[in-house]
Amino acid sequence: MLQMSVNSGTGAVPPSAIARTLAQLPEGEAGVLDRLDLPDDIARRLMELGFLPGHIIVPARSAPGGEPRVYRVDGSEVALRRETASRLILRASEKL
Amino acid sequence: MSECHDCAGCAVAVAPPPLHNGARTHVVAIIGPPNSGKSTLFNRLTGLRQKVANFPGVTVEQRVGKAKMNGRTNHHEVVLVDLPGVYSLNPRSEDEQVTRDVLAGTMPGVPKPDALLLILDCTNLGRHLVLAAPILSLKLPTLVILNMADDLKSRGGHVDTAELANELGSPVALISAAKGQGVDKVFQFMEGTSAGTTSLAPPRMELPILQDIPRCRQWAHDVGTGAAYRAPAPPIWTRRLDSVFLHPIAGPLIFLMVVAGVFQTIFKGAKPLMDGLQDLIQSSGQGIEHILPPSIFRSLLVDGIWSGVGAVIVFLPQILLLFLFIGILEDSGYLARAALIADRTMSKFGLQGKSFIPLISAYACAVPAIMATRTIENKRDRLATILIAPFMTCSARLPVYTLIIAAFIADRPLLGRFFGMQAGALLGLYVLGFVAAIATARLLKSSILKSERVPFVLEMPPYRWPTLRSLSLRLVDRSKVFLHRAGTVILLVIVVLWVLENLPLKNGQPPEIANSFAGMIGKAVEPAIKPLGFNWKIGIGLISSIAARETIVGTLGTIYGKEGTSESEGLRNALRSDLTPGGAVALLVFFAFAMQCMSTIAVVRRETGGWKWPAIQFAYMTFLAYVCALITNQIVRSGIFT
Repeated sequence: MLQMSVNSGTGAVPPSAIARTLAQLPEGEAGVLDRLDLPDDIARRLMELGFLPGHIIVPARSAPGGEPRVYRVDGSEVALRRETASRLILRASEKL
Repeated sequence: MSECHDCAGCAVAVAPPPLHNGARTHVVAIIGPPNSGKSTLFNRLTGLRQKVANFPGVTVEQRVGKAKMNGRTNHHEVVLVDLPGVYSLNPRSEDEQVTRDVLAGTMPGVPKPDALLLILDCTNLGRHLVLAAPILSLKLPTLVILNMADDLKSRGGHVDTAELANELGSPVALISAAKGQGVDKVFQFMEGTSAGTTSLAPPRMELPILQDIPRCRQWAHDVGTGAAYRAPAPPIWTRRLDSVFLHPIAGPLIFLMVVAGVFQTIFKGAKPLMDGLQDLIQSSGQGIEHILPPSIFRSLLVDGIWSGVGAVIVFLPQILLLFLFIGILEDSGYLARAALIADRTMSKFGLQGKSFIPLISAYACAVPAIMATRTIENKRDRLATILIAPFMTCSARLPVYTLIIAAFIADRPLLGRFFGMQAGALLGLYVLGFVAAIATARLLKSSILKSERVPFVLEMPPYRWPTLRSLSLRLVDRSKVFLHRAGTVILLVIVVLWVLENLPLKNGQPPEIANSFAGMIGKAVEPAIKPLGFNWKIGIGLISSIAARETIVGTLGTIYGKEGTSESEGLRNALRSDLTPGGAVALLVFFAFAMQCMSTIAVVRRETGGWKWPAIQFAYMTFLAYVCALITNQIVRSGIFT
């Protein structure tokens, strides 16, 4: 995968050690996106919104009932349903 | 494109911009990502000198306006084209395809732009600058506009515009479109490009390969770094407000209060205004009646056109109030939160959060509801919402329901003293419409409008104060669109119906309605509607109600020679003696499902860019209405419930 180091300015949020996909990442914990396990055109659509490999993503509030959830990514907030978030694979624990 | 010729709004898209004193028109396109303030800037630059239409052949809206140059250029008229909000020019959606075609000059009827205004949100410059790569590679004179300058400053961000201009090889303007700061620079740029004095400089930073998104993003980051860009602090107020509006308990409560408020206002709040307008139309109609000598033309003018067009214009207060609400919700940023909260429930019906507000609005009137679906970016979800909206029990159905229920259903207590059979019947009809809507949504989304491949993605804009300017322009815009329709398609239908009801002439006088063409049609269709329990008089009523549902009440009044209102005791008695209970209940069911509304058909045609979808919708709803009314009549007649 592409190695990128774009500073997303998420500050000193502890990285999650256990979460494998974005859907498993607890609220407020940072994860680094590894790859998007989605069809090419959908993956590109999400990449345009900042969901790029190497970028830091922090889950924020969710709608009542747990989904969709808002994610802080690349300077903005984007809501995704769980079915989409579970296809975004995080990098294994990494020092930020 | 052939289907566009009858619509004057489309003429904007089809006709080339007019030549002005022999001078050439200078075309400037505004392009930017969603939520970058594109429309706000467009409104700033054009004010009321703008028109809304659809791009030929697609559902994407096109706004064109003349720039308020205030005598800055003597030789050229500057025409602005507002393009749909896009993140890239990769043609995956209709929006991106349209943007690409317009920029390439291959969109039929839209001239190739001479210059571009690229508007970006400078509070998130890193991500927004990605769009600069494909735009600058077009090699057109481009002004890079960094919008939200006030937000950037107040939240401690910074950008060196001169350095950014060097990096990009294009002029850069830091503005606040909402507050009007720096908009002068935009006018200066257009003045320069229209006079042909702007020269192109090659960008210092070599443009990246456009297909490689990570590399484009890296390029944007490098350009930002070169221009000493410092991202602003996170919007504190937005996070604070979200902790209330998206709170697990307070969030849904506030949401319900907002929805109830919208519903109450468009339903009840608009009533005095609508009544006032109704009185005005009626009394002015009577005024005309007094001035003109009695003739067939006076009848056409007063009874046909004046009251017919009036019946449509009466909905204007409701439409304006709804759009005022939607404007406030959308501009403030709450609409995105409401969509987020509603999404889980709506997804059960195969729809999404953004469909919720339009569907609630459809309880007042399907016309503004369908116009409000523009907030849904996903085309299939938008189409599904448009197609089911007319099932929601709109206020025009109420007079029909009231008349039939009062005539045929005894007001016996059903649940306690305050909830009787009549109220129960009315509630049942609301539920019936709702069930038909969600069943249709599920049907559509599991068949022709299946859209699993497009995931639900909703960007959460920061909260902002809506501006009076933007709200009022929105209202003016929607009123123009609505009144234009009232003056064209609907006018035509009204004239045709009037002719059917008043011809052939007998001794120079209009005939009894039974002997008119409408009466003949009513009798001709009687065999078809007899199994539903309807006679030829109801047939005439159904034909007249194609213009608008509530028309049937007035028509039945004329046919039975009674006062044509839903409170008319005489009309109730006449119906009771002429219609079987089965036929009456079947008529209610028929009205719950049938698409008896010219305005809705016209607005669906406009919003979907052709006659295909309104035709399918009309056929489907009429079929459903017929079959369900038939079943209802047979069941009631068989006496199961007596």
